[in-house]
Amino acid sequence: MAADVAVPALSSEEAAEVLAQPTPIAAFWAAFRENRGAVFGLVVISAIALIAIFADFLAPHSPIEQFRDAVRAPPIWDAGGTWRYALGTDGDGHDTLSRLIYGARVSLFIGLSVMSVSFVVGVVLGLLAASVGSLVDVVITRVMDLIMAVPSLVMAILVVAVLGPSLANTIVAVTIVYLPRYVRLVRASALGELTKDYVTAARVAGVGPLRMMVATVLPNCLAPLIVQAALGVSDAILEAAGLGFLGLGAQAPTPEWGTMLADSREFIRSDPWIVALPGLAILVAVVAINLTGDGLRDALDPRMRRS
Amino acid sequence: MLVYFLRRLTLTVPTFIALMFVTFAAIRLVPGDPVEVRVGEHGISPERLVYFRHQLGLDLPVWQQFLDYCWRLLHGDFGVSLSTQQKVLTEFLTLFPATIELSLCAMLFAIAIGVPAGAVAAVKRGSLFDQGLMTVSLFGYSMPIFWWGLLLIMFVSVKLELLPVAGRIDLINYYFDQPTGFMLIDSLLSGQSGAFLDAVRHLILPAIVLGTVPLGVIARMTRSSMLEVLSEDYVRTARAKGLSPFRVIGVHALRNALLPVVTVIGLSVSSLLAGAVLTETIFSWPGVGHWLIESISRRDYPALQGGVMLVSTVVIGVNLVVDLIYGAINPRIRHGR
Repeated sequence: MAADVAVPALSSEEAAEVLAQPTPIAAFWAAFRENRGAVFGLVVISAIALIAIFADFLAPHSPIEQFRDAVRAPPIWDAGGTWRYALGTDGDGHDTLSRLIYGARVSLFIGLSVMSVSFVVGVVLGLLAASVGSLVDVVITRVMDLIMAVPSLVMAILVVAVLGPSLANTIVAVTIVYLPRYVRLVRASALGELTKDYVTAARVAGVGPLRMMVATVLPNCLAPLIVQAALGVSDAILEAAGLGFLGLGAQAPTPEWGTMLADSREFIRSDPWIVALPGLAILVAVVAINLTGDGLRDALDPRMRRS
Repeated sequence: MLVYFLRRLTLTVPTFIALMFVTFAAIRLVPGDPVEVRVGEHGISPERLVYFRHQLGLDLPVWQQFLDYCWRLLHGDFGVSLSTQQKVLTEFLTLFPATIELSLCAMLFAIAIGVPAGAVAAVKRGSLFDQGLMTVSLFGYSMPIFWWGLLLIMFVSVKLELLPVAGRIDLINYYFDQPTGFMLIDSLLSGQSGAFLDAVRHLILPAIVLGTVPLGVIARMTRSSMLEVLSEDYVRTARAKGLSPFRVIGVHALRNALLPVVTVIGLSVSSLLAGAVLTETIFSWPGVGHWLIESISRRDYPALQGGVMLVSTVVIGVNLVVDLIYGAINPRIRHGR
């Protein structure tokens, strides 16, 4: 996009500013800010996070209270809509707006828990595979290959079949499904780093194996890992919503967006908005996170930059 | 080449064994006794219970049960479905063509639009078309496809009444044998007028829904790969020797740009099958994804176990073939480790 932007002449102060070594965070922010889409994504996702945090204050009603006198009330822009239920109510009389607001909490919770657990476990297993080598490496790699061989949703279905459908088990299932990505990424970048001179230097200096992997090698593998983690949040949200849609995720009346969609499927002809809104919420959240993730990638890892 | 072939082949063996172990263990961990599930709520005499347990091999040590399970799998015995009393393998093979047909058409849709659009976007980098396509592709691969499917049904099928809501063909007007299991082929073979067109009409929406995510990915990959290729020396050479822009871009550049795209397509079987589970559920498409979900809600664990095993075997097999083909084409993969 920036192909034919002319380079402006620099004043002496600007030149000094350019020449001064920026802190890593400042450099990152400068690169990230350039990507308008990414900043927009970050704004949207921050808004969703705020909504999730302050759901108790923002939601007009409880997400699980059933208003028996207002079942399938129309949203405000439809004939008969009232501000009392601004986005209408669903087939059980739940207020849709309140459920969407609390749903942000559920979805972000799923996305962040899956991401943090698979991040930590992925780093541990990946570093183990790369440093210990031989049998440990083979076992870890094979198990990850196995998980990758089973289509993500099918694997999640198998896990849920064993554990039973619930919000917690959704997180377990999706974590298992996305673990291989982190493990493989950490293992591959750690193996790459281990051949470099600074590692040899550290080894000669007498750095122990644990300190070597965690303090010396790991920080150099972080950039692609952070990008993966950001994009992993949106994938986890999508996957969990898919499970919820199939009736295998969070169970009603938990206000999970995918579950809300599944529960309202029967009203697709009569009250389409009950179906349309939860999906729109999923799409907005996922698009925002993906935009941010792309921006992170461009800013953190110039090699992965998508021209 | 033979060494590469054998090495790659042996790599799949432990994965396969682990897969057998996982499916075996998973179903054993499911709460509830398989015999009780089979006999129902009323219960049976203790003698009959012992007899059933013996018949199902449940009185053997676990490791022996596992070896039996592996032995049966290797002989093509994937168990018997509890709900239909049919062999799981037979059920799978009857339903699988529907899934293949849907997945192939979805991929075709994604490629037919994604590749040309991505190439044009790269050539006209920064243009309105480029920015538009990148936005569309972002939404494409961020799409919750179960919602997208419902939206399309809502607008195209219910409101505009353009396309059918569910199924593979209108069973009231068309009924014929299905020797191949592929509706497009069978409807042509049946000779019934209008049958083929009806099959196509049923296929359009599911194929679009399943193809949406791959479309986003392919368009984006083609664009970035094309951008890289366009700056290569041989493209400049081709231009310099006076070839028409169409030839330079369409033949010289695109052919090389497509290599990474083909890799992505080849390795997307797994995600395509995952998407098929959702797509088939929305459109009541009688394929293996729909079947897996059904067997879970019927607590038909043998079907689920066999189904997961078979679906994964397909993925392992396809990935193996894809890898072998790359090995054959690209010596660097063959000799690298």
